Amino acid sequence: MRAHARARRTLATAVTAVGAAALLLAGCAQDPTEKPQGGAPAGDKAKTTLTVGVFGAFGLQEAGLYDEYMAQNPGIRIEQTSIERNENYYPQLLTHLGTGSGLADIQAVEVNNIAEITATQADKLVDLGKAPGVDKAAYLPWKWAQGTASTAKGGATVGLGTDIGPQGICYRKDLFEAAGLPTDRAAVGALWAGDWNKYLETGKAYKAKAGAGKAFVDSASGVMAAVTGSSAQRFYDEQGKVVYKSNPAVRGAFDLAASFSGEGLSAKLQQFTPAWDQGFANGSFATVSCPAWMLGYIQDKAGPAGKDKWDVAQAPKPSNWGGSFLVVPKAGKHTEEAAKLAAWLTAPAQQAKLFEKRGSFPSASASYKLPAVSGARHEYFGGAPIGEIFAKAAEGVPVTVVGPKDLVISQNLADIGMLQVDQKGRSAQEGWEAAVKAIDNALDQ
Amino acid sequence: MTDETAVLSPSAAGSKQPAAEGGGRGQVWRSRRYRWDLRWSPYAFVAPFFLFFAAFGLFPLLYTGWAALHQVELTDPDNMTWVGLKNFTRLWDDEFFWNALRNTVTIGLLSTVPQLAIALGLAHLLNYKMRGSAFFRVAVLTPYATSVAAATLVFVLLFGRDYGMVNWALSAVGLGSVDWQNGTFASQLAVSTIVIWRWTGYNALIYLAAMQAVPGELYESAALDGASRWQQFLHVTVPSLRPTIFFTCVVSTIGATQLFGEPLLFNGGAGATGGSEHQFQTLGLYLYEQGWVNLHLGRASAIAWAMFLILLVIAGAARLLRGRGASR
Repeated sequence: MRAHARARRTLATAVTAVGAAALLLAGCAQDPTEKPQGGAPAGDKAKTTLTVGVFGAFGLQEAGLYDEYMAQNPGIRIEQTSIERNENYYPQLLTHLGTGSGLADIQAVEVNNIAEITATQADKLVDLGKAPGVDKAAYLPWKWAQGTASTAKGGATVGLGTDIGPQGICYRKDLFEAAGLPTDRAAVGALWAGDWNKYLETGKAYKAKAGAGKAFVDSASGVMAAVTGSSAQRFYDEQGKVVYKSNPAVRGAFDLAASFSGEGLSAKLQQFTPAWDQGFANGSFATVSCPAWMLGYIQDKAGPAGKDKWDVAQAPKPSNWGGSFLVVPKAGKHTEEAAKLAAWLTAPAQQAKLFEKRGSFPSASASYKLPAVSGARHEYFGGAPIGEIFAKAAEGVPVTVVGPKDLVISQNLADIGMLQVDQKGRSAQEGWEAAVKAIDNALDQ
Repeated sequence: MTDETAVLSPSAAGSKQPAAEGGGRGQVWRSRRYRWDLRWSPYAFVAPFFLFFAAFGLFPLLYTGWAALHQVELTDPDNMTWVGLKNFTRLWDDEFFWNALRNTVTIGLLSTVPQLAIALGLAHLLNYKMRGSAFFRVAVLTPYATSVAAATLVFVLLFGRDYGMVNWALSAVGLGSVDWQNGTFASQLAVSTIVIWRWTGYNALIYLAAMQAVPGELYESAALDGASRWQQFLHVTVPSLRPTIFFTCVVSTIGATQLFGEPLLFNGGAGATGGSEHQFQTLGLYLYEQGWVNLHLGRASAIAWAMFLILLVIAGAARLLRGRGASR
């Protein structure tokens, strides 16, 4: 939900990677060495090179999926180009789509951008809904809907879902115990089940016992992201009109998150900054809204010292934060082969492998029955049955209406409005007005 | 005409014999070619730069100006709608633009003035005869060789609110800690510190080079007249360095106007907002936000041109000032 979930995961390293991104850009030029086998006998096709353009550490290559596909299809060679941050990747993708050049055969798209892609670029992309090997029934319905253009725009499914970010709540067992709260993950989940307000109440109870200096949540904007992620309608209505100002779900989430700050339950950190990372290591907060991909991030930042201290429980309501899609530009040289590869990469079996190796939670619900997902446990988080927890969350996520400027709206709500409330002690009303002003300026044509 | 070419061409004088008609024509041709060579070759030699400048400097500049007169979005860059000067007139009412301009000016002053003063002093110290001067001269340049990203990352940690070293030191001496990211003045000071750290050594070396061109006799006679080191610095060094100081002022002003990397990375993960109240959003950041976050290329182009015009105005003002200074 919050800006560039995936790209931001790696943000601590990404700051230095601005330099590295330049290198990657330089390395972005396609390697034209296709290997036509000289005088190949009839029927032995020359190798086709497919390129895949991704942002951040996408994981397809790291999980060995390309190697597996190439072994199965001797005629195909796969090359990946990667740009570290989605902020740099996405504008470049748009420029390339506009000129129809410089595109990889398959391009990744972040969930915050997918609505803009389906609304403005659908005619430049292959309809993957009709590609061979694609099974609509294997995907979560809301994920499938996000990658599909509106009927007015042709109704093509241009994006195949890769991972998603169903949310739980990660919490520190030792801090909960010290504050007299239960530590068992089922009991913790029961504390706030069904209502985000109960999460706030638990926070108040925590604070009463834990004393000063220990916050309940990392940041108010993290809470806001989780709460808005659990409502079907957020910033746009079904007709594509911007309604975030009048939508009680958005304002409600904003005010609820603001009260976490007002009650002194927030550590007043800004997510994906070095200070936030230090907060994990120093145990400055007891809970954090936790999409599936956040587990690895916490493990990295909290380090070995945090082992057996962290655990993960069910969130008050099913909610989603982050995820990606694969699209196939029509301007590519091998669109047919590319569509086949995209279908294979996003099929349930491969998504399960990606989850096993990289922790990216599958958007293909058919894979939840596979043992790699259903039996998955996370060692670092006290052996939590993460496959079960996140599959339950994923299936409960409503079919969210996504809009073209979701990213701009959510980013300004978090980084302007909520940050003023959380870090500068402004009232919820003042923060809201500042965010609205910034969003109006950003959306105004 | 033939006389003239004879004078110009050394070979023509030697071969001026009653030769065959063909030889005479060849001679005329050669001398003419020589004249062309003399006249046009320099242009050919400088042409590559200007061709590249036209392709990668002038064309983008003009195209940006053209785009600034249109409404154009990055999602559909071919589709340009003519809006005339609307992108510019709206800047007039755009509080975010004025805020960014104000921040750019204050951060520019906060970084440039101390930076050049420190650089001048450093250069003066480096100009003394001392052991290992080469080492110190290289050492002052090392911050400049560091990448903006790496330097800023370190400074973000130093200026951290909860676990930063600056706040730790301030608390240790009983001054209490500062929220460097959120305070308007505090954040601008922190960003300026990064700029000062990176560029002081660079300017110091420019000053040092200029100082070494100052004739030693001036110092000797000043010393004979009983001038102290400080008086020598004030009355010999600084006046001799006036053109160099003017040059560094111009370059630093241009750099300050385009300030981008430091405030962008100082903001951790939040991108181009420049803090929750845009308290350290510079013009460069605002331009980036409009163009590459909000995808409004027309508006971003208008900001780019506004920045260019502001620089021209500053340059004009500096020329006037300098003109007056020189005639004094």
